[in-house]
Amino acid sequence: MEASEVGSLQKTPLYNIHVSMGAKMAPFGGWFMPIQYEGILAEHAHTRSSVSVFDICHMGEFILEADPVSSLLDRIVTQNIVSMPIGACRYGFMLNEGGGVIDDLVVYRLGDASWMLVVNAATISGDEAHLRKNLSGKVSFENISNATGKLDVQGPGSADALKKIFGAGIAKLAYYTFGKFKLWGMDLTVSRTGYTGELGYEVYIPSDNAVRLWNTLLEDKRVKPAGLGCRDTLRLEMGYPLYGQDLDTGHTPIAAGFDKFVDLGKEFIGKDALLKEKKGGVKERLVSFKSDTRRSPRHNFAIFKEGLRVGTVTSGSFSPSLLSGIGMGYVSGKCGIGDKLVTKDGNTEIPVTVVKKPFYNKK
Amino acid sequence: MNIPKDLFYTKDHEWARLEGKKAYVGITDYAQGALGDITFAGLPKNGDAVKQSDLCATVESVKAASDVYAPLSGRVVSLNEKLAAHPELVNKSPYEEGYFFVMDVSDESEKTKLMDAASYGKYLEGIAK
Repeated sequence: MEASEVGSLQKTPLYNIHVSMGAKMAPFGGWFMPIQYEGILAEHAHTRSSVSVFDICHMGEFILEADPVSSLLDRIVTQNIVSMPIGACRYGFMLNEGGGVIDDLVVYRLGDASWMLVVNAATISGDEAHLRKNLSGKVSFENISNATGKLDVQGPGSADALKKIFGAGIAKLAYYTFGKFKLWGMDLTVSRTGYTGELGYEVYIPSDNAVRLWNTLLEDKRVKPAGLGCRDTLRLEMGYPLYGQDLDTGHTPIAAGFDKFVDLGKEFIGKDALLKEKKGGVKERLVSFKSDTRRSPRHNFAIFKEGLRVGTVTSGSFSPSLLSGIGMGYVSGKCGIGDKLVTKDGNTEIPVTVVKKPFYNKK
Repeated sequence: MNIPKDLFYTKDHEWARLEGKKAYVGITDYAQGALGDITFAGLPKNGDAVKQSDLCATVESVKAASDVYAPLSGRVVSLNEKLAAHPELVNKSPYEEGYFFVMDVSDESEKTKLMDAASYGKYLEGIAK
């Protein structure tokens, strides 16, 4: 990595803590982020069995005061937000006219006409431009990304760890809902959401208090810091997509197999393209595969079927739970569960078998 | 950083421990630390002829795959079979239990192209800057 590249990277409020705790740092989405502390395998296992805290301050948050219909906000996202109860979170996509994914995002309904949109770090400015361009009428839009810290507390012990800080009410949050919780004179948004497949919460806090919350969480000896390395292995084991790899403007949510986060019963940007694709069939489809060995397919490996190039690996890694390589990639043509593929890069050839998602099922 | 005195080192972070005509081969403490958790070690075949600086093995971590180059020329005479089920030995014990293979060295003079512990230590300091 060039020094100039490091210099242009953004740092979260926890940067100095990561460095002082000996985290291995690397660029991610324009940010200098901790990849691991103790090690990816140990942090992965700890999240599956206990509780970990992740610095996710790099992600973006927008606050909108907007009537969902007259502002056209409901037409900008694929999830139905009109039907959302206040206090609910809903996952979906922003699409371009061609149906390609501009970003995947979670919408929080704060009030009748009040919303928080949580978006990926690398897409913050593009998302803001797309929203501003397509919103209409009386709308207030605020990008609070820099002022907002986000800590993800994930793992079967997460509710217990957070109860000590926020009170017993935290354990009552249902999956994909949020509440306001008092801490140090602030009203914080905490949602029962995450990217690991475990019981987990995402805590939004003013940036200047992120360090204090991080330290408070770590006073509980069960809570350990975890980096983006295990965040990636945890999400991939669940078959969750990573924007920029498994989702991009070149593929639709239909091709990616995430139809259930698209409400075709309403109007939205890109809908015509999706309907056309549903009728005519997708050119490429995102499939999941498991290596026959401990070797892992990697991002950008070519995918072959019966000797013919059929696609490209979008995400690939060693799965700490399965002790084998796993991955996802777009392939053209017929491809079903149990089919044998070969992922290749130069002289490296890793045979894989197409499997169902998720790769990992909690016992 | 552990850099045992009695070994020879390459710029690609392999090590060789000469014992008579034989050499144990592995990757250094620095290499295992940089790679992170090792999940797979792809070893040569027993009996393979290897040439100094040529690709002889591969190593995969959770995040990435890397090539391993032969520190010396010769013939592979035994493999560390334990690595198949326990690649983490490369992390835990890079110079002992986590060696990759043993080779018969064909030309001992090739060791002059390798670094001793002091030079390798300086080389790592250079990388850190």
